[in-house]
Amino acid sequence: MAEILDKVKTEEEKSTFFGPKERRLLIDPLMDNNPVTVQILGVCSSLAITSLVYPSIVMAISVTLVTAFSNYFTSLVREYIPKQVRMIVQLVIIATLVTIVELALKALNFPIWKQLSVYIGLIITNCIVMGRLEAYAMANKPWRSFLDGIGNGLGYGAILVIVAIIREILGKGTLFAGSPVEIKIIGPNTTYLIDTTTSNLFGWYANNNLMVLPAAALFIIGILIWIHRTINPKLVDIS
Amino acid sequence: MESSNKYIITFIIIMTVIAAVALAGMREITMSASTKNEEIFNKRSILLTVNEYLGEGLSVADLSDDQVLKMFKEQVEQVVINQKGEVVPNILAEKIDLAVEKKKAESERLLPLFVFKNDKEKFYILSVRGSGLWDEIWGNIAVKSDLNTIAGVTFDHKGETPGLGAEIKDNPSFPGQFVGKQMFKDGEVAILVRKGGSQDKMYEVDGISGATITGDGVSEMLQRGISYYLPYFETIQN
Repeated sequence: MAEILDKVKTEEEKSTFFGPKERRLLIDPLMDNNPVTVQILGVCSSLAITSLVYPSIVMAISVTLVTAFSNYFTSLVREYIPKQVRMIVQLVIIATLVTIVELALKALNFPIWKQLSVYIGLIITNCIVMGRLEAYAMANKPWRSFLDGIGNGLGYGAILVIVAIIREILGKGTLFAGSPVEIKIIGPNTTYLIDTTTSNLFGWYANNNLMVLPAAALFIIGILIWIHRTINPKLVDIS
Repeated sequence: MESSNKYIITFIIIMTVIAAVALAGMREITMSASTKNEEIFNKRSILLTVNEYLGEGLSVADLSDDQVLKMFKEQVEQVVINQKGEVVPNILAEKIDLAVEKKKAESERLLPLFVFKNDKEKFYILSVRGSGLWDEIWGNIAVKSDLNTIAGVTFDHKGETPGLGAEIKDNPSFPGQFVGKQMFKDGEVAILVRKGGSQDKMYEVDGISGATITGDGVSEMLQRGISYYLPYFETIQN
């Protein structure tokens, strides 16, 4: 974290619109500095809403929008924010954006808003958002902060969707249930879904109820962290 | 650098005003769309109880939003009744929120009743609300014109456990069991969710294993909720 910040400072002068530096801001949080598997932030909502893929995608988009724009606005006013009330100012910015996202979602897609219920509001308490404001936006220019927000939102979203794909296939035998493109992947055909594309793959498979419960997400995230660290030994703390 | 109190207060005030204006503006913009969405969502769940009887080849899932509103306008009559079984005039059933009614004294509660008509038959759709394991549960029940046979039900919940209590909504085979059951036995509500499997097939449905308390909640909600409608049913039967 610290070395990234140092590098950002030395390269601050030669600011480009979308150079290698900017590209790294987007790609780093997806792999080497993933907010969920490396920084272990935002785990709460990763457990709660990843039982189906479709709501997870909506959640990922919402969080990405909130991190990106809260980073951007905080960075815009970073030099004017009084030090004593720094956190309060950040919270107001985040809360405003979350409420805007929630209102928009309610108007655009009511059923999914109903399904995500409190978790949209709880983006306010998602550690990723405030973490990025403190660690990045307070010390960097708006455009780069915006990219950093997009990158971290996508890094979080990627884990969310991976976990949701595993949980939905094993727990319900479907993909994208609730969306217009829902399909049945494994297990016997039931009257479960309104519109099922017929598939008899693994007709013997019985849905694993554990996968539907939040506990399963914890195992899956744990396994993902394990795999991530095996692939990338740099992440293992050897001290 | 420490800022002066004056600076902090000015900053906070300006920030609050900007945030308030942004939020109020956003709410104004989205208000009409989200009210309409909510209305359609509720109407869909009411129509879902009579999904089988909508007409040749029609299903709620395939209807567009406009079709839902049109069908509701043309085929559904909305009645509000009070606890004595009298019709309350000049109010639409869709305006009744059972969550609000639940807070009133039992004798003052109003009940929404939707009467759905197709070419041949007439269905009475009742709304009920109760408590599951974690939070509130609610549902709609469509009754055939004999005022006894159930034509279909839908349930929803606020926070039941996924895979267990949430199956009352997620697994169509649970509400599906209610179709064809009788609600009343000797003038009392007899419909029931039975743990370990139904015994009297006329009036009972199988509970969901692992969701005993939600199942009991559904039973309690049905028994109490349906009994509120009894006085009205007696009046229209006579």
